[in-house]
Amino acid sequence: MQVLVNRLSGLPSESTEGVTVIKLPEPTLRLPREKPIPKAKPQTKWEAYAQLKGIQKKKKGRMLWDNESKQYKPRWGYGRKDETKSWLLEVPENADPNEDQFAKKIAEKKERVAKNELKRLRNIARVTKAKVPGVGLTPTDKPSKDHLGKTLAVTHKSTASLGKFMDTLPKEKLRLGKKRKFESNYTDDRERQKKILKGIADGTPVLDVNRAANIAKHREERERSMAKKSGDGEKKKAGAKGKKGGKKSFSGKPSGKPKKTFAGKTKKSFSGKKGGGGGGAKKGRK
Amino acid sequence: MRPLTEEETKTFFEKLSKYIGDSIALLLDRQDGAYCFRLHKERVYYISEELMKKAGNIAGENLLSFGTCFGKFTRKDRKFMLHVTALDYLAPYAKYKVWLKPSAEQQFLYGHNVVKSGLGRITEGTSDHQGVIVYSMNDMPLGFGLAAKSTEACRHADPMMVVLHHQADIGEYIRNENALV
Repeated sequence: MQVLVNRLSGLPSESTEGVTVIKLPEPTLRLPREKPIPKAKPQTKWEAYAQLKGIQKKKKGRMLWDNESKQYKPRWGYGRKDETKSWLLEVPENADPNEDQFAKKIAEKKERVAKNELKRLRNIARVTKAKVPGVGLTPTDKPSKDHLGKTLAVTHKSTASLGKFMDTLPKEKLRLGKKRKFESNYTDDRERQKKILKGIADGTPVLDVNRAANIAKHREERERSMAKKSGDGEKKKAGAKGKKGGKKSFSGKPSGKPKKTFAGKTKKSFSGKKGGGGGGAKKGRK
Repeated sequence: MRPLTEEETKTFFEKLSKYIGDSIALLLDRQDGAYCFRLHKERVYYISEELMKKAGNIAGENLLSFGTCFGKFTRKDRKFMLHVTALDYLAPYAKYKVWLKPSAEQQFLYGHNVVKSGLGRITEGTSDHQGVIVYSMNDMPLGFGLAAKSTEACRHADPMMVVLHHQADIGEYIRNENALV
């Protein structure tokens, strides 16, 4: 309310015959929008890349100066300067003199248009998450044996009846690619898996060098601390050791007989990995 | 649904053996019936053969899940990632364990790494990059991860040093519910 009064007092007012009349601002009428706000167009692959790299679009002028006709001509579309329509074309220095430069220009243009169309379709496919159409087998200058085989298989199938009535040579094998093959679902594959498991186990070294080094280091430290302790004062040895076990969480040895546990540990580690460190450690702790 | 190929089995077992070592054989040979691993939609399931045969009747695209999901193969590199759902089968056979102090439990269950100050106990002889199962102090499995430091190095680490890299924890049952099967 107070806010409203404050706003009113700020507005222009005039007083006539002792009555103050405030001039209210013009009312605005907001009509709801009929159609939803159009969605942003999905980015094409190039647009996304350009944004990532910070490439700015450069505006090209619509008209180009043509030096021959001495006038501006559109860059594209009706009335543009068309190279293929000119009466003369220069043959590049290293080019084959018998090559038709006009045909070459037209073929290049056609290829560019086709490439653009393919890119457009792929962009749509990418956005709609449809399968991106492959280009299939493209012609190459030096096809490999594999490539030729594939081409043969494709052409064999490229008839109206999908190659149903095509004849094959006696020993001809048409193969597009290898078909994936998996084991049957209902076979017992445990023996096979055990074999693989054995292979993995054989690969791992019996002597865990890292662990052995760790244990050696640990023993060294232990001995050093023991020597230090015994040097300090020869009061109640066992009792002091037990209480000072600040590293309970790591060493976790019962205060009674440290040496014995220790010997056991070392042996285990060298004899193999099967010791089950977890179980052993737990036992020591509890 | 299909059995794993040779290569898949190998990557899968190699990952699994980081946590339970040779005990994988115990998963394959069980007293209480035949169990098997099956691949379905890039995920590996551990299931009794009987149930697997029943699940086989359902069309692949309609089949959501069966048995226990152990994890999945990544699309690009075909590496295997263990999921927390495998914890029930990893915990009993764990080779290397880490116990967390009650104060550090929550941090771990929220998906964070474990720092030295939160470490209660650790199995002797754990090397770094070793797969370890994480327990609470009263021996409840909480998840698993990779040891960032060996037991020896842990001893000298300062309290804020990361000693265990988080991989999976049971908090994911709430956090990541729709991704688990």
